[in-house]
Amino acid sequence: MPTITDPGKPAGGPPIYAVIGILIAILLLGTGTFLWLNGNAGGPTVGGPFTLESSSGHAVSDRDFRGKYMLVYFGYTYCPDVCPTTLNAVADALDRMGKRADDLQPLFITVDPHRDTPAVMKQYTAAFSPRLLGLTGTDAQIAVVAKEYRVYYAEHRTGPGANDYSMDHSSILYLMGPDGRFIAPIRTDESGQEIATDLAKLMS
Amino acid sequence: MHRRTLLAAPLLLAHAARAQAAPLVVDHVWSRAAMAGRVGVVYLSITATGAPDTLVSVSSPIAPKAELHESYDDNGVMKMRPVASLTVAPGKPIVLRPGGYHIMLVDLAHALKEGDSFPITLHFADAGAVTVTASVEKAGASVMPAPSASMPGMKM
Repeated sequence: MPTITDPGKPAGGPPIYAVIGILIAILLLGTGTFLWLNGNAGGPTVGGPFTLESSSGHAVSDRDFRGKYMLVYFGYTYCPDVCPTTLNAVADALDRMGKRADDLQPLFITVDPHRDTPAVMKQYTAAFSPRLLGLTGTDAQIAVVAKEYRVYYAEHRTGPGANDYSMDHSSILYLMGPDGRFIAPIRTDESGQEIATDLAKLMS
Repeated sequence: MHRRTLLAAPLLLAHAARAQAAPLVVDHVWSRAAMAGRVGVVYLSITATGAPDTLVSVSSPIAPKAELHESYDDNGVMKMRPVASLTVAPGKPIVLRPGGYHIMLVDLAHALKEGDSFPITLHFADAGAVTVTASVEKAGASVMPAPSASMPGMKM
């Protein structure tokens, strides 16, 4: 199909990429509206079911963490400044919580799945805490979980190279209960000590 | 030792008129543990005690690309943008710190581990190149430990 491999060339029919693009856009819009309505049916909700890929390369779902609190943060590993600051504060909070930290699973979900492969996520999270689990996935999987958590993210290009972009992203820690339901947001500009104090109050 | 002082005059004969540009003090130069092939960060403080000067670029032998960046919170969305230059004036030191200005090192030639150190060169419009040494703290570290070698008597 020459129209697919060379869409720039004038062809008889409409450019097939445009047709596919419009179809995908309609599909995404439909899904997004559905999720939005679904989420608002019983008041505003944060969170929901997800399937992602763990840093060991295994499929992971939200149900795998039932019975534990989840502390969910969205970011990316090409972020040298803000994300490491937050993840270090989380690691510090875990250290301060003692045994109580056993009831909490911190999750770092990337908004940059193209660069953040499972292997990268594994090495990256290990620098902060052995408890921190990095999750990546397909573009579609990340889009779903980000939407559920009301997380905005967008690529910001800084040059023509493949790596020349940063990600704008919402920066909030979400505490989810052992039943998977949203409990409270925690600010990411808090220190480890402050996060530990918040968690002690919220996990009771 | 994170403190270096720079006297612009001997370096810049071509800029004789501006050679009285007072020394710049670059200190509290620190970095964070990071993975090889990925991004690193450098934080530091710049103080001008004479004429203003402008930091126009940065470089380091440990990364092919080093850029001045700013992180900021835009209604709950964290953004990171390149910064073309930073001007330092007397009484208005520039502090690169977590959540604000930083130097981003791209495609690190090797992993940075806590306790390592590496050179970073700041290129100023008037003063030219100033090379300082960054010490590596742990990943995500926020507070630079007080430099033990810094003594009051060391100030020029």
